[in-house]
Amino acid sequence: MGLATVAVFSDADQRLPFVREADQSVRIGPAPAKDSYLNQSAILDAAQSSGAEAIHPGYGFLSESAEFARRCTDAGFCFIGPPPEALAKMKDKSQARQIVRDAGVPIIPGTAGVVADSTEAARSAREIGFPVLCKAAAGGGGIGMAVAKDPVELEKAFRQCSDRARSAFGRSGVYLERYFPSPRHIEVQILADAHGHYLHCLERECSIQRRHQKVVEEAPSPLFGPDPPPDRVRPLFDAALKAARAFDYANAGTVEFLYADDAFHFIEINARLQVEHPITELTTGVDLIGWQLRIASGQPLTLAQEEIRRTGAAIEFRIYAEDPVKFFPSPGVLKVFRPPRGEGIRWDGGYEEGNEVTPYYDPMLGKLIVFASTRSQAISAAISALQSFEVEGVKTNIPLHLRILRSPPFLAGQLDTSFLSTLGPT
Amino acid sequence: MADVPAHITGTVWKIEVALGQAVSPGETLVILESMKMEMPVEAPEGGVVKEIRCKESQPVKEGDVLVVIG
Repeated sequence: MGLATVAVFSDADQRLPFVREADQSVRIGPAPAKDSYLNQSAILDAAQSSGAEAIHPGYGFLSESAEFARRCTDAGFCFIGPPPEALAKMKDKSQARQIVRDAGVPIIPGTAGVVADSTEAARSAREIGFPVLCKAAAGGGGIGMAVAKDPVELEKAFRQCSDRARSAFGRSGVYLERYFPSPRHIEVQILADAHGHYLHCLERECSIQRRHQKVVEEAPSPLFGPDPPPDRVRPLFDAALKAARAFDYANAGTVEFLYADDAFHFIEINARLQVEHPITELTTGVDLIGWQLRIASGQPLTLAQEEIRRTGAAIEFRIYAEDPVKFFPSPGVLKVFRPPRGEGIRWDGGYEEGNEVTPYYDPMLGKLIVFASTRSQAISAAISALQSFEVEGVKTNIPLHLRILRSPPFLAGQLDTSFLSTLGPT
Repeated sequence: MADVPAHITGTVWKIEVALGQAVSPGETLVILESMKMEMPVEAPEGGVVKEIRCKESQPVKEGDVLVVIG
């Protein structure tokens, strides 16, 4: 698109490839995220001093911060994401539930708002029915969530969740939802422009998770298969579009649903680009980041819904620096690091051989995405690709991915969020 | 006496005990944060907290002694 880029980096990341690859790079602070990647003023100063016109917030950190979006806009920068008003409206996840419910989107049974204290939590939990999930209203990315299967556990979960919410997000509000022990996680990619044109780019399945964070994602969802009857999928896509409209959403976003008891339930909108966006790009041919930039610059979304068609199947594997059995973090130096290459293989990574993986941020080293004509071909290609991935110096979850790919439930497309906890060792 | 080390490189998120406090085996002394994950450091044996050798939000390396129990 001919755009010049400016990267911002913390001291921990100064040797990573992105710092060199950008046209310009600006240091924004020391390693702890609160002093760098969460430091709004430092990022705005970097934008100012480098002469940037637009700010892409990426995913994580400030990407869903209404305050940051507002500050970018007020300082005269184009914020590449939804309007600050939309972010503000969905910031409180408990209020967001009510907004989409009023728009006719099915939600998970739960409390109508945040609960005041553990006594009210206990009363609400009895109405909803155990097990319940305590969630921080300001939370996200699996942080600030805890499950309780009885009143004793609830007392602890409520306290833990409130504490974590306060320390991580600065607000202690917690709400409760029914906990489905083994739902499927299915989400819909949305694109919307500033002129009221909305469309969806079909679904992704992200049921394979650990600690509420995704590990493997694929498109299409095996629940639907490659060519589902329109009646089967339309309610999901309609619900996603209704949810996006309820917030006057614009730019790229993802509407997340749980599928349990033969029904879809809205969880939340991820008001940003998703980590797993490549599987949608590879199977629909839609350049999501290209559209993010065009939409943010005020251009209309010229795609029509009928043009969004899927070809083939794609699977994404998040490569984490962690123990593949216990999921413990494994920081260290990448003594050897050679991601696979080849036809149908895309590697979106942040590290190269010799880099240090620090304990300051998420353990993700990158994403291996495999694309093929069919799901079974994608699985075979993924097995070869993962087997040829050479990493030394840190532990990775590559052995886990290989176990997943060879397990009968995965091969049969029988996925749910308890998949990893029930997957046997080796 | 037992030196209780960090079992992982990370940052001290919370110190759960105070100097002079009696602790039982398995009790959480410190919570470390590494790569967005909280990892409790537990007392290997019972005793009294003799020394606290870390501060909240301090970066620590695997093997650094965090607490001494005696």
